[in-house]
Amino acid sequence: MEPLDIDLAEGELELPSEPMHLNLGPSHPAMHGTVRIVLELSGESISKADVQIGYLHRGFEKMCERGTWTQVFPYVDRLNYVSPMLNNVGYALAVEKLCGLVVPDRCQWYRMALGELARMSDHLTCTGAMAMELGAFTPFLWAIKAREMVWDILEEETGARLTHSFGRIGGMAKPPTPAFKELVRGTIPRVLQLMNECEKMLLKNRIFLDRLENVGIISGKDAIALGWTGPCLRASGVDYDVRKAHPYLKYDEVDFDVPLGKKGDTLDRFLVRVEELQQCGRILTQICDRMADDGPVNCDDPRYVLPEKQDVYTTIEATIQHFKLIMEGAKIPKGEVYSYTEGGNGELGFYLVSDGSGTPYRVRIRPPCFQITNGLSRLITGRMLSDIIPIFGSINMIGGECDH
Amino acid sequence: MGEVTRTVTIEGNEQGFATTKLDALLSWARKYSLFQYPFVTACCGMEFMAAVSPRFDIARFGAEAPRFSPRQSDVLWVVGTISQRQAPVLRRIYEQMMEPKWVIAFGTCASCGGFYDNYTTVPGLDKIIPCDVYIPGCPPRPEAVFDGLMLLQDKIASGDRSPGVVKPRQDPALAKSDLVTLRTSAGRAE
Amino acid sequence: MSEAALSRLKQQFGAAILETSSSFGDETAVVDATRWKEIALFLRDDSKLAFDMPIDLCGVDYPERSPRMEVVLHVYSTSLRHRLRLKARVGDDEMNGAELDSLVAVWSGVEWLERETYDMSGVTFRGHPDLRRILMYPEFEGHPLRRDYAANRTQPLIPYRTESEAGVPLEKLAPFGPDEGMSFGRNPHLPSHSEN
Repeated sequence: MEPLDIDLAEGELELPSEPMHLNLGPSHPAMHGTVRIVLELSGESISKADVQIGYLHRGFEKMCERGTWTQVFPYVDRLNYVSPMLNNVGYALAVEKLCGLVVPDRCQWYRMALGELARMSDHLTCTGAMAMELGAFTPFLWAIKAREMVWDILEEETGARLTHSFGRIGGMAKPPTPAFKELVRGTIPRVLQLMNECEKMLLKNRIFLDRLENVGIISGKDAIALGWTGPCLRASGVDYDVRKAHPYLKYDEVDFDVPLGKKGDTLDRFLVRVEELQQCGRILTQICDRMADDGPVNCDDPRYVLPEKQDVYTTIEATIQHFKLIMEGAKIPKGEVYSYTEGGNGELGFYLVSDGSGTPYRVRIRPPCFQITNGLSRLITGRMLSDIIPIFGSINMIGGECDH
Repeated sequence: MGEVTRTVTIEGNEQGFATTKLDALLSWARKYSLFQYPFVTACCGMEFMAAVSPRFDIARFGAEAPRFSPRQSDVLWVVGTISQRQAPVLRRIYEQMMEPKWVIAFGTCASCGGFYDNYTTVPGLDKIIPCDVYIPGCPPRPEAVFDGLMLLQDKIASGDRSPGVVKPRQDPALAKSDLVTLRTSAGRAE
Repeated sequence: MSEAALSRLKQQFGAAILETSSSFGDETAVVDATRWKEIALFLRDDSKLAFDMPIDLCGVDYPERSPRMEVVLHVYSTSLRHRLRLKARVGDDEMNGAELDSLVAVWSGVEWLERETYDMSGVTFRGHPDLRRILMYPEFEGHPLRRDYAANRTQPLIPYRTESEAGVPLEKLAPFGPDEGMSFGRNPHLPSHSEN
């Protein structure tokens, strides 16, 4: 047997100190299946990071150029698949801006209500998944339980649990069900209570706090230059919420606060989301008080809105109108428009170009997480390997939206 | 799982034993202890989360333990759209899994590409790796997921390794081939 | 709302602002592509404009026009709360000369947006620190968001299995024939927008 104390030259005793390359993802559980980060590590700290996206590129913009304007809705659903209703509403508003349509009051309230429910589902998933990725499985189960309650309402209204395809140009697919307000009023306190319990569990947990506090700090100025929007920007203390800054629908008539962070670290991003959940609850209660129980939901404009089914079967005019709208699509006036709403992750914009036909010439989405993920490599460079997980969790990157 | 339709009581000095086939026993054990590798890429992941969480609770089917190492898992759940860029990754993960292994295509995109008929989407994961069960839906409801899972369990129990073709489900309580035969000294129990 | 921004821009750059328009509350300026970066810097630094946030950058392809590609930039000012759309037209029929100065030095957030525009539409950005494909893989040829790229032309990275390997039919069945259902748009080899 060879002696263990063989003579080594002085230099050989040192451990090799070349940087190590590590490939994180795309099939890493915390990378949401769609992001690959190529890291250059020195020890455990990150000296270089290359964030690669595109593993879920599904050709959204190309697909939109192949159908009618209405056929874009199912694709829009699958962009930010955690809050599809916000995308539906955002796209519908963009097309309506191009047509000069304004939907009736009842529909505006209804869209707001469904949108806020979707926002709740978004924030619940994000906070729950983030806690799970840090090893706290129970809060995830609670968050999903709360999300199921929200989804129950959405399913009752739209018929689908997740991908609703519920928006239409000039209205919604269906009017609110008679029990809608009651459902919302009954569910919101339960959801918020679950979230409160969840919050208590997490925010008194030393491990959780230590992993979030002072991790991934970004200043407001940097965040603006990167084009960050939404909860991530507000966590850095910049007061920009599309709902307040440029109110659309009826957001100027409801009373709610925009929570702001102080430091812009991961904990702030978490807390902003948690607080926004409470604000969603506030908005929803006000909507329930203000939304009319009857009245039209769709615009009365035969150029864009489908006629009543009853009329389609009984009158020739409605049959022709229905046929034209389905086969050729609604003809959207020539022009281009950029319309923006507050999505789950920030400013969700649609830049539409119409050549006057029934098919979009160009549909460009401005996905909020694309810009936010752009800043990821800056946040993690210089940090430890284990900090990637909370930072990545807190920016809530959604593959479908980020990769188009 | 069927109901227990008959019981055999062994009384007094009577002795009894059970016979089974090793294959059948192994398949039975495998079927209820599936370690899964969730290859979650897209929207379907939301429903997958729902299926795992308490309301639907995939644990009831003995398949709750996710293993994020392909070497430790039996079932590969392909949850969501597979883009051309993702395809080599998926194939490598499949190749790293140990036999016996099964693949479930979760949702329309994984099964056939869905309505993403374009330059970047693989039209169904069976173009790349063999697939055992296809679950339709965009995304499928958890109930559909469990139906798919039970189909896979039936397939495992019957020792069927043919790709892609799933036989209609059969109620095990009514199935002719008994897994376990009990014998007592009084003769074969019926 | 940002009419004032447009007039300020015209006053400063005169002939370099080729067109301006204002529709649906969106102000648009088409600018000379050679002065793209200079104008962007002015937009950011001028105290009456103060556009500090890049919102979006994309290419819109008009094959029948020359220059063919329109690069569209949206910017926003968080302090003054106004927006502007800036356009530059580049590239001839074959997309030669489709180049612009990179704006990464102006707003750091356009880094990925420029990579995406390069990837999807094929516009090159001079001076970009890391101009690679972002959504597609490096082996991909062509630029999918150009009008002449057929929507279903795939370029698989790994060969598909054959039916004899798989032992089961792999053909994806179309839900309806090419001329059924949709009168237009569904045939990927035709331009997807028919006549008005």
